[in-house]
Amino acid sequence: MTNSHRMSTGGVRIDRNKTVMFRFDGKTYQGFHGDTLASALLANGVKLMGRSFKYHRPRGCLTAGSEEPNAIVELRTGARREPNTRATIAELYDGLEAHSQNRYPSLKFDIQSVNQLLSPFLTAGFYYKTFMWPASFWEPVYEKIIRKSAGLGRAAVESDPDSYEHSHTHCDVLVVGAGPAGLAAALSAGRTGARVLLVEEQAEPGGMVSPLLDVIDDLPAADWVEQSLANLEAMENVTVRLRTTLFGYYDHNVLAALERVSDHLSEPEDDQPRQRMWTIRAKQVVLACGSHERMMAFDNNDKPGVMLAGAVRLFVERYGVAPGKRVVICTNNDDAYKTAASLKQAGVEVTAIVDARGELSPAAARAREQGLRVDSGFVPCKAIGHQQVSSVSIQRRDGSGREVLACDCLAISGGYSPDVHLVSQTGVAPIWRDDILGFVPDMPIRQERSSGACMGTFDLAGCLTEGHAAGRDAAKKAGVKVGRATKAPSAPTEELAAPVAVWRCPGNGKAFVDFQNDVTAKDIQLAHQEGFVSVEHVKRYTTLGMATDQGKTSNVTGIALLAEARGEPIPDVGTTRFRPPYSPVAIGAFAGHERGKEFQPVRRTAMHECGEKLGAVFVEAGQWLRPQYYPKSGEGVMESIYREARQVRETAGICDVSTLGKIEIFGPDSGEFLNRLYINGWKMLAPGKARYGLMLREDGYVMDDGTTSRLADDHYFMTTTTANAARVLAHMDHAAQVLWPDLDVHFCSATEQWCGVAVAGPNARKILAAAFGSALDMSDENLPFMGVRSFDWNGARARIFRISFSGELAFEVNVPWTYGEAMWDAIWEAGRDHGLIPYGTEALSVLRIEKGHVAGNELDGRTTAADMGLGKMMSSKKPFIGQKLAGREGMIDDQRATLVGVKLKSGAQRLRGGAHLVADQNNANAETSLGWVTSVCDSPAVGCWIGLAYVRGGLAEHMGNTLFAENPIYAESPEVEICSPHFFDPKGERING
Amino acid sequence: MHRIDCPWCGTRDEAEFQYQGDATATRPAPDAAEADFFDYVYSRDNPKGWHIEWWHHVGGCRQWVKVVRNTMTHEIHATGGPQSKLSVPKPSGSRLR
Amino acid sequence: MWRDPQPKAEYDVVIIGGGGHGLATAYYLAKEHGITNVAVIEKGWIGGGNVGRNTTIFRSNYMFPANTHFYEKGMKLWEGLERDFNFNAMISQRGVINLFHSDPQRDAFARRGNAMRLAGVDAEFVSPAQLKEMVPILDFDNARFPIQGGLMQRRGGTIRHDAVAWGYARGADSRGVDILQNCEVKDILIEGGAAVGVETSKGTIRAKKVAMAVAGHTTQVAKMAGINLPVESHVLQAFVSEGIKPLIDTVVTFGAGHFYISQSDKGGLVFGGDLDGYNSYAQRGNLPMMEHVMAGGMAIMPAIGRVRLLRHWGGIMDMSFDGSPFICKTGVEKLYLNGGWCYGGFKATPASGWCYAHTIAKDEPHELNEKFTIDRFRQGRMIDEKGVGPNPWIQ
Repeated sequence: MTNSHRMSTGGVRIDRNKTVMFRFDGKTYQGFHGDTLASALLANGVKLMGRSFKYHRPRGCLTAGSEEPNAIVELRTGARREPNTRATIAELYDGLEAHSQNRYPSLKFDIQSVNQLLSPFLTAGFYYKTFMWPASFWEPVYEKIIRKSAGLGRAAVESDPDSYEHSHTHCDVLVVGAGPAGLAAALSAGRTGARVLLVEEQAEPGGMVSPLLDVIDDLPAADWVEQSLANLEAMENVTVRLRTTLFGYYDHNVLAALERVSDHLSEPEDDQPRQRMWTIRAKQVVLACGSHERMMAFDNNDKPGVMLAGAVRLFVERYGVAPGKRVVICTNNDDAYKTAASLKQAGVEVTAIVDARGELSPAAARAREQGLRVDSGFVPCKAIGHQQVSSVSIQRRDGSGREVLACDCLAISGGYSPDVHLVSQTGVAPIWRDDILGFVPDMPIRQERSSGACMGTFDLAGCLTEGHAAGRDAAKKAGVKVGRATKAPSAPTEELAAPVAVWRCPGNGKAFVDFQNDVTAKDIQLAHQEGFVSVEHVKRYTTLGMATDQGKTSNVTGIALLAEARGEPIPDVGTTRFRPPYSPVAIGAFAGHERGKEFQPVRRTAMHECGEKLGAVFVEAGQWLRPQYYPKSGEGVMESIYREARQVRETAGICDVSTLGKIEIFGPDSGEFLNRLYINGWKMLAPGKARYGLMLREDGYVMDDGTTSRLADDHYFMTTTTANAARVLAHMDHAAQVLWPDLDVHFCSATEQWCGVAVAGPNARKILAAAFGSALDMSDENLPFMGVRSFDWNGARARIFRISFSGELAFEVNVPWTYGEAMWDAIWEAGRDHGLIPYGTEALSVLRIEKGHVAGNELDGRTTAADMGLGKMMSSKKPFIGQKLAGREGMIDDQRATLVGVKLKSGAQRLRGGAHLVADQNNANAETSLGWVTSVCDSPAVGCWIGLAYVRGGLAEHMGNTLFAENPIYAESPEVEICSPHFFDPKGERING
Repeated sequence: MHRIDCPWCGTRDEAEFQYQGDATATRPAPDAAEADFFDYVYSRDNPKGWHIEWWHHVGGCRQWVKVVRNTMTHEIHATGGPQSKLSVPKPSGSRLR
Repeated sequence: MWRDPQPKAEYDVVIIGGGGHGLATAYYLAKEHGITNVAVIEKGWIGGGNVGRNTTIFRSNYMFPANTHFYEKGMKLWEGLERDFNFNAMISQRGVINLFHSDPQRDAFARRGNAMRLAGVDAEFVSPAQLKEMVPILDFDNARFPIQGGLMQRRGGTIRHDAVAWGYARGADSRGVDILQNCEVKDILIEGGAAVGVETSKGTIRAKKVAMAVAGHTTQVAKMAGINLPVESHVLQAFVSEGIKPLIDTVVTFGAGHFYISQSDKGGLVFGGDLDGYNSYAQRGNLPMMEHVMAGGMAIMPAIGRVRLLRHWGGIMDMSFDGSPFICKTGVEKLYLNGGWCYGGFKATPASGWCYAHTIAKDEPHELNEKFTIDRFRQGRMIDEKGVGPNPWIQ
């Protein structure tokens, strides 16, 4: 069988000097470089390429392009396995391995094809009805069966090893499709000097032109196409991208295309992506995407060997493959005569041309003159054969003259549907043209125009003229001076006779409309009988057009059949909306490089390596990585945290706090600006002092908190929480630009300009004094609590803030980002003799919980200042953002949950965040829940597990009470005592060391 | 994808901006009634058609850009600075759907 | 499936909107309250709105009691729906898992999970080891935000969305409800402070009560009655891949990005992410959000890289300013509001219809929906599950 169907000559795309070995379902075959998997299989006489979705019927390829519904395979193996790959566009490479899919145990013998026997039950809507009784069977039994038989191919289960690129480009004119219209458009636009991008889905240009039969500019079309491509590539202002599918037409003339960079190779070369996604910003677009041929609906029209007539021609002309040795052509239009001529030229027997039209068209007459048999007024009514077609029964449309013709290939043309997919994505409605039996686009909405077959122009000369004009028009509208008129490429005029409508040929069997989803003509009638009148309902009920080809070859037939059932003209039925992408696009291509560890950037502080050296375990804090804890060898997580927290209070600790948001604020109105942002006052803050601030959203809830310092009369320095840094800055931009442009205030983020450490503990002052020496007077007089000083350190400007999150004597030191490591090292060195340890975010959290300081867990966006126990901070002497709406009744309700401390009573193991507090363990429900635990720790200072919580009624009602921390998720319910959140050193004496 | 003409930076992709909602809501005077603040924060015209709105150029100049955009078609009619007085085009403007 | 009747001159109840909620409301009005002289008026074809453009997930994993109880009512109705309809809606309780990636997130999920348990709703934590069993393609080795575990509701799952609309339509129709398709409401008629009917493209239809259920266009319809709502319309995209053999057996949401996914009965991976983030009535989204969503997918499931996206589309969400809906009376007598569903509308369909029918029939809310009022914003009693405040585009 090897290359039994490869003709001895012909095939403009293949290189007969380069043989390529490949495997399909385990069997080795030979093809040529330039083949697609489908053409190579056909060349080897393999017609059976897949099974259909529902009935598991044997299927061969129907088309030669991306609209293929049948011949879809699993390509490649292992981590590179790609399900549902269309054999008609998969280019052959040496060692290619493909498997048929959706069959068991083999493609030739598929057990689930018994579904065909059940087919009376598997008609439209079968899911909804068949698997109903008894209802109790659905989930345990039926669903499992349906699920198992679902889908088509198998996806890989390992991480995709290939990479995908995102690229961006701009152009004056984007031309989509390099068929005759697209080439003519790109040439004419290119000659004006416009920046032109031409994208073509196929590996080679030319579209549906017949390379040898068609003549353009007095050259065989193949030569003209080659010459045109060379001309385009010679123009500096023109870019041609082959193997590039324009798949999405988005807002503002931004379009997306997928370039298959290395899918035609066994695997990508080094540093080469598998695919590249292009985001194209086009001033003007020329759509020249051609048309899709349609099948006719007749019995068994899905037998392998039944193909679209245009596809048969392409296999012959492009690949030198004869899909059959005896071909019967059935048509309702003139185009199929081109297929006949092409076959005849290649020496393939054309048994008959069955033309549905009663009158002989000029093309039909010519065929007859050349000795071909033409049966006028006949249509196919049944394909006959076991696993592939062996004959076809034809008859007149009135049912008379039935005859059976032997054939091993049945080439069908049910007419051409202009490809309106992309233009439809822009919102243009397709309008019906009875003369061509197809939908064409209405007036453009965006900056685009359609030309050639996608506009319903099917003759070559027309395509060339239209494309040429469209290219110039697009360049002109893009603002390019187009100069004098240029001559369009020319082709001999053809007179195409009108097609005649043939939707359902006579017969009672299975006549498929949507091949992949096994939707038959009867299904559409049935859906209509059941009351589904709207085309959208029929689509959903029958799944017409919802397969991987999105109904490119079936939608128009489906609409026509529904129109027949409704007894209405086609335009009244309307169309369903095409959705992007034009053809399916790998999910990996959309994600591009943003995957795995590169999903989001990692932000590291200037002192990251200092932490690493000391053995820090890092934790994600948004995009930041922060030292979480510093385990000593043999130490567990909890032990490490406990030790770090304890030792800070005993000697001293150093913690990287660089991730805090930092904002420099300048200008005479800075104080007034802060007064309006924060609930508390700022104008009276003396230079050289810091203050804790709380800001609300305009709806009255807490937005963020932090310490802000006044460095000079007109200079403040704000810090925000790590999580809210960006949000606070945006909030301030709004306030300064939109609300109060009259205020003379300027600010910018300095988060990554200043890095910072906190040094806390009784020895903190000694350590810093040793570290900074004479650069800074560390005395209590110079640097009192909440004092702020700037100083020069080793030639850098540094700032020190005597503020404390831990309740200990503590300082935060900021230096320019690049000095971070040096500062850390200096302090670390100075701390050697003073018991300095590094501590991470966990110990930081322990220390602040012991002091009752709130953090992210307590600021969940639904908290008022009063909930946090900070209601008194809300100034009544000045207006501020959020002031008014914070006064709504529900926000000052005394039944709101407010901040308390919880202490685990002895006997229980531990406390957890997220537990709900209830008074009665035996009556715990949503209504009796009094609140919830926000943060917990095993506290060295208190000597037990403690936590912060919000409780309805707060301390006023619950101080000293015992409640249960209900935690059904963990099957725990420990007893806790409600106490003040200021667990440790409530008088705040330790801040003085 | 929206292409937004920032008055400071020129035309840029929507990905550079953070949408910030209705720009016709004006913050009342500080001593206004709670109800006025309520309307400012919560009442929205939510038009089907032209909408004057904020796009914050966070990935660029950090200016709040006022944009007149059609919520049916995504067409942009005009852009301006925070204090610019922009208005919606008169009817019969766009064929965009 | 259903009749195509001519409008009567007057009905007891006219429901504006033939989506899931409108049809469910009609169904429960007839079934639970014996009110059958009802018309459902639909501008296009029934089920053509969000009930036909969602990702088919149902769940009741909410934190605040007002939501938990309401969605749990929905869950129970879902569980009995097919028997109720005698129509297979392919309900599949395959579980919904919210992944968490940090300690604070774990605590927040614990708080929600515990709230569910206290409300009698199933919820459990699943460990990374269990997750590896349940969803083997999750990336535990190379994740930017390592997966620490998940909050799972086993009773959550997916259902065939079109079948929901059709089941309710068939059930309502067979009980005498008139479903009027291709009939556009132009105005709401108000006399003496009470709604008395609607003006439509097929003429005036009078009604003793008028009920709105027009997700996506609640603002426009409410304006007909002079009502201004704290609602903005936003576009939410949804995505479906080519059909593949079973790969993901449950619903999974990513906790450190915007991505959730399940696999349909037909084999397509159905997934989504977040709002595009600008006011929009266009049923389509744009590339930046698509790329963002699929990057989220590749972040946790890098095996899906070669699976192809088949279709993507957008639906219009009525985003309320706290993320929770409205099922309530309005300032106009005999005029009722159902809207502001954000992207929780589909899963709410049965409970929404059931509660709305009660509210209309009794002229007062059921206790399950008494907090879903418009006034809650004025009162400062928002039901804000996300805690992001009055910014609908991030709700």
